[in-house]
Amino acid sequence: MTASASSAPPPALSPAVTFEAVSRHYGAVRAVDGVDLAIAPGEFFAMLGPSGSGKTTCLRLIAGFERPSAGHIRLFGEQVEDLPPYRRGVNTVFQDYALFPHLDILENVGFGLKMRGVEAAERRRAAAEALELVKLPGYGARKPGQLSGGQRQRVALARALVNKPKVLLLDEPLGALDLKLREQMQEELKAIQKSLGVTFIFVTHDQGEALSMADRVAVFSEGKIRQIGAPEEIYNRPRTRFVADFVGSSNLLPPDFVEKRLGARRWGSLRPEQIALRPAGSGEGAPARIASVSYLGATTRLGLETAPEEGALRLHAAVPAAAATGLALGQMVEAAFAPEAIHLMEDAP
Amino acid sequence: MRSDKEGARAPLGLKIAAGLGLAFLHLPILLIFVYAFTTEERSYQWPPPGFTLKWFGVAWGRADLWEALILSLKVASLATLLAMLLGTLCAAAMSRTKFFGRESISLLIILPIALPGIVTGVALRSAFNLAEIPFSFWTLIIGHATFCVVMVYNNAVARFRRLHGSLMEAAADLGADGFQAFRYVVLPNIGTALLAGGMLAFALSFDEVIVTTFTAGQQQTLPIWMLEELVRPRQRPVTNVAAMVVALATFLPILLAYRLTRDGDQTAGAGK
Repeated sequence: MTASASSAPPPALSPAVTFEAVSRHYGAVRAVDGVDLAIAPGEFFAMLGPSGSGKTTCLRLIAGFERPSAGHIRLFGEQVEDLPPYRRGVNTVFQDYALFPHLDILENVGFGLKMRGVEAAERRRAAAEALELVKLPGYGARKPGQLSGGQRQRVALARALVNKPKVLLLDEPLGALDLKLREQMQEELKAIQKSLGVTFIFVTHDQGEALSMADRVAVFSEGKIRQIGAPEEIYNRPRTRFVADFVGSSNLLPPDFVEKRLGARRWGSLRPEQIALRPAGSGEGAPARIASVSYLGATTRLGLETAPEEGALRLHAAVPAAAATGLALGQMVEAAFAPEAIHLMEDAP
Repeated sequence: MRSDKEGARAPLGLKIAAGLGLAFLHLPILLIFVYAFTTEERSYQWPPPGFTLKWFGVAWGRADLWEALILSLKVASLATLLAMLLGTLCAAAMSRTKFFGRESISLLIILPIALPGIVTGVALRSAFNLAEIPFSFWTLIIGHATFCVVMVYNNAVARFRRLHGSLMEAAADLGADGFQAFRYVVLPNIGTALLAGGMLAFALSFDEVIVTTFTAGQQQTLPIWMLEELVRPRQRPVTNVAAMVVALATFLPILLAYRLTRDGDQTAGAGK
């Protein structure tokens, strides 16, 4: 192992994390199934997917809590499947934070340094500095039980970052926080990641969180990566029906409907905000009946039901609130959109 | 723990009944203590004809009493030590993973405390006989360890459950190898539970009679010695002095164990 590591290309050229056909099977269950992946150093990477899609298992494979059934994992070029978690230069922020209940906050944050034999004074200095980074200065003497959920989250972050990991793993880091705190932490996490330049890999089932925070997103389902790309790409050009459906609230258009407009017999996706309303009989769009109206502040979300000759589709349209005034349930309108707005997907028709 | 401050006063009859119940439980013990000071050495007569401290002196000079006391302390300490080792390992294994039959095995571990001592005793005796192991100090310790393990296990397993999962992973993630994780995370979290379990085990072993009778060779532990002393009355109050020693030697560890686990969410004697 040491021989191959020394003959490997210089670390700067290697991706931070590489998966080569990695699988993790539990009996007949394929939690992770032949995943290939390369994450660049300094990247903020999101693993997005519904529960049971394999994203958390991938994170645990990187951390070293699980071993792959097949394939190889590399960290900065070095093969790590056989290394225990404590020899990987990777730290984790756990979903339940996993703070040590018998230690105070300063000791919690300094734990990793203590394990590496850093002397007490230096340990306290570094831990205090890390607490300042997560905006909890002066909390060192408290016990984890005396902190709120949001504060514990910050301590967990400080405890991981104080070790200066090459890769930081975050397992649903914001899942247990309420909405306001979550939005605040999203911004702070991003700011911390940018200022430290550390590779962040985080797992979430919240597509909004993934799209707003990450440089790139991998969408998981059934142990496989269905699409990897920048948030705009994932959102605007989903490759499969699953991705379109899971990321944002896209309208799925069946092959018949798409063929009529684009000539291609393929599944298509259409974002709600790309649909405009026209009066019935204007001939500019597909005739549809208004089935639901939800006022969302700046926009209004409309449920539309196209006429039977248009496939009786349920479409969702997001229109400016002003454009939706005076609409009544059951009223006939036309749903208009540019044919180019339809994104064609790779699924078999 | 008073649920209601006012308006929940117990009726007089209930108070009297509670008082009588407590008296019934504790007066005999008090009598034992009183008779340790009596001047009458052949029979227990009430009221004691006079009070003296001479039996403490006599007891101090009795070599057979010392021998029994020291043996009991040795057996209780070694059985407790063995139980702490095995009980901790058991608890660690049982709380680590879920597997088929875990509940059944857990029941099997706890069973020795639920089984009548006589069954444990007979079973061990025939097992030792079958294996042709001579009865000795060591068979006695093994016999005691069977139920001592349960006390340690019961206390440790609850703590281990709380500890397992991400805390151990967090320790590993932060650079702790197996030994460091045990030293800095596991031990501080289960320490008081272990100590409490150990103390209960010690108290249980110290006054055990039934299993002892079946698994001892020529050894006479303090409770066995007392039993024999009651049969042939010679300096009877010496037995009472010994009883006081036993009471203190078992009561103090139980009290300490209770205090140790009181502020945690576990109860020390939950399985007792």
